[in-house]
Amino acid sequence: MSKIRFTEPNREILARRDSIINDLTRLVDPAGLITSTDECRAYETDALTAYRKMPLAVVLPKTTEEVSAVLKYCHDTGVKVVPRGAGTSLAGGAIPSEDAVVLGLSKMNRVLAVNYDDRFIRVEAGVTNLSVTAVVAENGFFYAPDPSSQLACTIGGNIANNSGGAHCLKYGVTTNNLLGVRMVLIDGSIIDLGGDYLDSAGLDLLGLVVGSEGQLGIVTEATLRILKSAEGARPVLFGFPSCEGAGKAVADVIAAGIIPVAIEYMDKAAIEICEAFAKAGYPLDVEALLIVEVEGSDAEMDATLADITAIARANGATTVRESRSAIETAAIWKGRKSAFGATGRVADYLCMDGTVPTGKLSYVLAEISKIVQRHGLRVANVFHAGDGNMHPLILYNANDPSQQSKAEAAGDDILRLCVEVGGCLTGEHGVGIEKRDLMRCQFDDADLVQQIRVRAAFDPRWLLNTDKVFPLDFRCQG
Amino acid sequence: MTDCYKPRDECGLSSAIKDAATAKMPLVVRGAGSKSAMGRPLGGYAMSLTTERMRGVSLYEPTELVIGALPGTPVSEIDRMLAKHNQMLPFEPMDHRVLFGTSAEPTIGGIVAGNVSGPRRIAVGACRDSLIGVRLVTGRGDVVKSGGRVMKNVTGLDLVKLNCGAWGTLGVLSEVIFKVLPKPARSLSVGLGGMNDTTAIAALTAALGSSFAVSAAAHIPASIGSDSTTIVRLEGSDGSVAYGARELAKLWRSFGRAELIEGDESANLWLRVRDAHWLAQPMDRSIWRLSLAPSKAPHVLADIRQKLGVRYFFDWGGGLVWLAVVDADDAGASVVREAMANTGGHATLVRASSEMRHRIDVFEPLPPAVLKLTQEIKKCFDPDRVLNFGRMYAGI
Ligand SMILES: Cc1cc2nc3c(=O)[nH]c(=O)nc-3n(C[C@H](O)[C@H](O)[C@H](O)COP(=O)(O)OP(=O)(O)OC[C@H]3O[C@@H](n4cnc5c(N)ncnc54)[C@H](O)[C@@H]3O)c2cc1C
Ligand SMILES: Cc1cc2nc3c(=O)[nH]c(=O)nc-3n(C[C@H](O)[C@H](O)[C@H](O)COP(=O)(O)OP(=O)(O)OC[C@H]3O[C@@H](n4cnc5c(N)ncnc54)[C@H](O)[C@@H]3O)c2cc1C
Repeated sequence: MSKIRFTEPNREILARRDSIINDLTRLVDPAGLITSTDECRAYETDALTAYRKMPLAVVLPKTTEEVSAVLKYCHDTGVKVVPRGAGTSLAGGAIPSEDAVVLGLSKMNRVLAVNYDDRFIRVEAGVTNLSVTAVVAENGFFYAPDPSSQLACTIGGNIANNSGGAHCLKYGVTTNNLLGVRMVLIDGSIIDLGGDYLDSAGLDLLGLVVGSEGQLGIVTEATLRILKSAEGARPVLFGFPSCEGAGKAVADVIAAGIIPVAIEYMDKAAIEICEAFAKAGYPLDVEALLIVEVEGSDAEMDATLADITAIARANGATTVRESRSAIETAAIWKGRKSAFGATGRVADYLCMDGTVPTGKLSYVLAEISKIVQRHGLRVANVFHAGDGNMHPLILYNANDPSQQSKAEAAGDDILRLCVEVGGCLTGEHGVGIEKRDLMRCQFDDADLVQQIRVRAAFDPRWLLNTDKVFPLDFRCQG
Repeated sequence: MTDCYKPRDECGLSSAIKDAATAKMPLVVRGAGSKSAMGRPLGGYAMSLTTERMRGVSLYEPTELVIGALPGTPVSEIDRMLAKHNQMLPFEPMDHRVLFGTSAEPTIGGIVAGNVSGPRRIAVGACRDSLIGVRLVTGRGDVVKSGGRVMKNVTGLDLVKLNCGAWGTLGVLSEVIFKVLPKPARSLSVGLGGMNDTTAIAALTAALGSSFAVSAAAHIPASIGSDSTTIVRLEGSDGSVAYGARELAKLWRSFGRAELIEGDESANLWLRVRDAHWLAQPMDRSIWRLSLAPSKAPHVLADIRQKLGVRYFFDWGGGLVWLAVVDADDAGASVVREAMANTGGHATLVRASSEMRHRIDVFEPLPPAVLKLTQEIKKCFDPDRVLNFGRMYAGI
């Protein structure tokens, strides 16, 4: 059956539930406190839907001060807290436990300042990723990290998972586009790290907080770098008769020193699923597809595309199709960005997120299909190829418990393979509960102990997102 | 005479630090063995530790844009190796020898420890943004790795960034891995003359708010020497740079007539910006580095200049101000810090006598809650306080 272990809830906390809820009513606006089973159900899982746990209660504060009051209370009374943005984590990072309060940022969704001269925007952490770009787009600016879930996911969740997206090959992921945060520590103290300038003073605590999966504090505000959009952008579809050819083309483009804005990969299974959903005009007679986007002036795009096309052809590309209009461009990206959702309509899936050196892409793709076959399952590959960040979607039937454990076992094998070839367990989705027990494949005990010590410097009682990231037998060693 | 550990490898590094920790003996950590590095002075310690024997490129995959090196590797060796494949360290680290009049070759470990980044920082990020993996030895002597050799990685806490810019107070780096970039096919500068600080920053802001591949933006005011120069650098393919230069000249029409600067002249200009060349002499002047939002920089400078004799220039489109203080009892600290107080930014005293650096906070003082976190983090890496104790902050 299900493989991921949950710790036994603390009975003493469960017994105190009524008085905890009573105390919380004094700390947040009543509209921001959710306690009924029906309403709490919306918070019992995230995008790792195979696992669910009812939280003790859910609070939805409206201000940093409310967040501070709730955290201080939980700290003083030993109650666990699970931070939550939109709940789109694919690694179970936002899944609660029965003895924990979920602290959701969804009501903190105001834009606080936009400054085009200094090229930043300051927002509350519950603002969605897409709405940031929506705010600045009218002036021709954008916020670079663009996870496919950008319509729903929040900036706070992006920071916690160091989220990326198709366009991060050129512009970097969240950590490279974040200037500052306001955050609340578990004892209720409010700190500012960084701000509207580059490179914060003192230790790079901002860099440490990014990707810390809600274990160091709760981010309530963020200052993000915005950039002027390129004059033009053009995606091109390259179809290949073999996965190896497509993988090799990616490696060759990077090796030639060409850094397009995006290089996205889809195999046949993914192409079929996405095309059926988005009608994007993807070629159906190929084994693999690359979506390569270039940007700049027309002349520049033409020149870069000529180079890329030559490389693609040399690797056997049979289809080369440039987008000819904004509508086509939108359809091409819609197909790619709805890949996970579209897959979800045809099967249940587990999404892996390992990163590998780009030179190993072809090899790893071939090995993945062997692994999945060995477990008697199917896979669809759709991922950020330019930086080697793979997303094999392992398809299975959640109503069949034996399939779920096979899918999880196949996922583990794939991630071990990623580490073996010099890569890592997760490129952008985070460890959460999903990959917690694989951390030892990538790290020695000494590495993990040092991480745990740093974690404990922020949260000595291990109350924030307690059961995530680190193997359960690995806890505070002071 | 101070004694010096010179470990040859990570193992030796670890045992040296374990020795020091057992004896509770503080160590001064050095790269190439330059005598006094930046930060608060570490007077009176018996022992130092240098990484100068741990050198060499440990990993280079040009086709994957990744390079790794041992900490004592001279930056010049890495540059040379990358240049063979027409690649570069993206963040353009400055060479502090110009400011300090020293001769020891900068090491890559020292660059990472200081998160040293140059003019291209505004376009491609700082040293910390290119750094994707580290190995290090903590103050306990434990060997710890974080990150790796792949471009995207959110597995576990990011101890890579935490150690970049920690000035060797948490651990001694034993290997550093970067993502690199192809060298741009073409690089040229576009300049404007005769502008005051406010107009110049406005011109740079207009350029940085454009989509024309700007990779650097600086203003050197008239007080530095001859006429004022306001310049941006464009980098990219032949066509895009030529196109950008034309478009930028149009964009800048209201500011004046833009002039093209190419080849060595352009390259030398940016080397001088990178190394703060104009402030190096005379050597006894204290030098500050101010990081703040560009739009605030002209006001802050106007404020400082009313109270203090300074020479200065702007990099990072105005977001970085280099400042040499002509004469002041406190290296100008009270004036500089007061002028910066409401900006949110921070000021670092980069060059000053050791007596001055002892008396004045070299790094921006931290608010109490952040200081407390910093102390806790120091404690968990280096409980016996053997590594560069007190270099960044007293007690850390
Ligand atoms: C269809 C689909 C497509 C996706 N595509 C991408 C993609 O292209 N790229 C990518 O990187 N990811 C992708 N994801 C994963 C996910 O969307 C991201 O990880 C996202 O950043 C999570 O944001 P969220 O607001 O939903 O956070 P949640 O899922 O609510 O939380 C995620 C983690 O962040 C913590 N957290 C949330 N808010 C805060 C806060 N304010 N302070 C501290 N900790 C906090 C939580 O405790 C949890 O550990 C995708 C997910 C789905 C379902
Ligand atoms: C910001 C700055 C200020 C400087 N100030 C002075 C000065 O006042 N006087 C002077 O003579 N020279 C100074 N220098 C010049 C510099 O020391 C020389 O140019 C030298 O050659 C730099 O290279 P290095 O590798 O020897 O670094 P070092 O100067 O030896 O080291 C720089 C910093 O990095 C740390 N460090 C070095 N290697 C490692 C490692 N492997 N792991 C962890 N930490 C490490 C050191 O402890 C130190 O805090 C300064 C350099 C910088 C970057």
